[in-house]
Amino acid sequence: MAVMSVLVFVGIYMIGDPLAILVSPEATELDREAIAKSLGLDRPMWEQYLTFVTSALQGNFGKSFVFGQPAINLILERMPATLELALIATFMSVVIGVPLGLYAGLRHETVAARAIMAGSVLGFSLPNFWVGLMLIMVFAVQLGWLPASGRGPTMEVLGIHVSFLSLTGWKYLALPALTLGLSKCALIIRLARATAREVMLMDYVKFARAKGLSEKRVIGVHILKNIMVPITTVTGLELGSLIAFAVITETIFSWPGMGKLLIDSIVHLDRPVVVAYLIVVVFLLVIISLIVDILYSVLDPRVRLGEAK
Amino acid sequence: MTATLQVENLETQFPTRDGIVRAVDGVSFSVDAGEILGLVGESGSGKSITGFTILGLIDPPGRIANGSVKFKGEELTTASPERLRSLRGSRIAMIFQDPMMTLNPVLRVDTQMIETVQAHEKVSEKAARARCIETLQSVGIAAPEDRLKSYPHQFSGGMRQRIAIATALLHKPDLIIADEPTTALDVTIQGQILYEMRKLCRDTGTALIWITHDLSVVAGLADRIMVMYAGKIVETGAIDTVIERPQHPYTRGLIGSVPGAMPRGKRLFQIPGMAPAPLNLPPGCRFKARCSRADAVCDTMPELLELNPGHRARCHHPFDAKPLSPAEVVS
Repeated sequence: MAVMSVLVFVGIYMIGDPLAILVSPEATELDREAIAKSLGLDRPMWEQYLTFVTSALQGNFGKSFVFGQPAINLILERMPATLELALIATFMSVVIGVPLGLYAGLRHETVAARAIMAGSVLGFSLPNFWVGLMLIMVFAVQLGWLPASGRGPTMEVLGIHVSFLSLTGWKYLALPALTLGLSKCALIIRLARATAREVMLMDYVKFARAKGLSEKRVIGVHILKNIMVPITTVTGLELGSLIAFAVITETIFSWPGMGKLLIDSIVHLDRPVVVAYLIVVVFLLVIISLIVDILYSVLDPRVRLGEAK
Repeated sequence: MTATLQVENLETQFPTRDGIVRAVDGVSFSVDAGEILGLVGESGSGKSITGFTILGLIDPPGRIANGSVKFKGEELTTASPERLRSLRGSRIAMIFQDPMMTLNPVLRVDTQMIETVQAHEKVSEKAARARCIETLQSVGIAAPEDRLKSYPHQFSGGMRQRIAIATALLHKPDLIIADEPTTALDVTIQGQILYEMRKLCRDTGTALIWITHDLSVVAGLADRIMVMYAGKIVETGAIDTVIERPQHPYTRGLIGSVPGAMPRGKRLFQIPGMAPAPLNLPPGCRFKARCSRADAVCDTMPELLELNPGHRARCHHPFDAKPLSPAEVVS
């Protein structure tokens, strides 16, 4: 995270001078200097970085140049919306992707399996924004079933605003989550299929059949539990990237999440927000990979530590 | 009395892009209760496929093209998948070659054993667990209550094979098909397992088909032996007769290639050439290309003929039914 903070800080410093955007063209040179001073932009870069690090360690990521609020608050305020969207998209892609992939792997010569695989190629190759726009066209504009943008009314649970508890919330969630989840779903289908084809040839699957187990148990326990190991890894990684880079989907659907905030902040060269955003994302990724590691040891006893006898 | 297993003219085929592979080609044999049949052959001779065919576990697109498999008088080739499932693991059990691969790495041993009990009998988990503990004890696993809670990777190869054997024994089957179960094990453990399996068959009247490429393993274990070559049986008979007086040149070659059959210091016998490609089998005797005795007659397929009582060989030029001397093997 330390490395990340340096990279981001220097990177954003190089991009441009926020004063050029913040200060109106009619302002005098004196005004400019006053604003620069108040924001601390007159000092050299290393000094700015040091100030940033010392206050960041105390939980203060600075104030947004644009909103005048603490940057971290801006981000945390919008985080639940993004997290909810990303989690539901991931959940959908696993729930749909694993059974389809499993089927395509086990019955790989059937027409249905080939159709699934062809569909997954589409899911992969269609660009995100196009899918989003098409979904809006069909479901919001033509059919009028679902709202095209925004998050709609939310419910408050433990101080966090969430949408997934009400039907209206789901209506708002459906299209962006589908857009976001589609390519992940395609990825999981392909992964599940490949591992299922590998696992079904293993001796222990044949042995499970030789023990007289029902096909349901052979597939549902012996094969499924083995393919869940790689799927968990990939899902974890993909969840991280969904949270961090849901930008496009959030922009299309005007979803009030972190991604939209990031885009706005970059446009305005709002350094504290961008830096704080990336730090938060890195932190989330670390947490997610920790969770994946823990899940991993639940699923695969061979990676458990301290149990070897 | 009906034999435990009666196989008639069994043909298992695998259609491939280049033609049909006849992995098992007209194989007939029977096993009685308490009898141990050694099924010997090199890789690709069809011996393992024979085992899987009996259990109905041929992977598609492989299929049984012809013949019958009768288990205690019941035809299995036409039995329903559900009937086959109910027989597998309870009346007919199978043990696999590689103990490192036969247990599912992500499931605990108790899960894998108890599911086997419960797949065939409606018993409580507690009763099933008790049965597993008892069976594990009988195959020589110490402290089975604790070991049941372990995962396969916490066991050595020999222990895993014992667990696989115990799993096969849970329902006291009438027939066990063992596909080279000791190949991957240390020689000492191999000896123990062979001894225990033999004792088990004698005590319980379980019929055993022991599939192997290792003649020396079968020699001390089996009652009868059946040698397969390129999908066909080439010689069959009582173990002592076949080992001491092999009639088929292939069997003779196999025996000659076992260390110990030759005087010390001499080069082991090697059967020249390679087994024929399964897609491109020569007409007539399938061994003729590697056989020193082959002539024009061998272009027609020899029948499996009884040359001595209970001893049959598929050869136009069988060796005399007299004991084999080391010098003869090389000639």
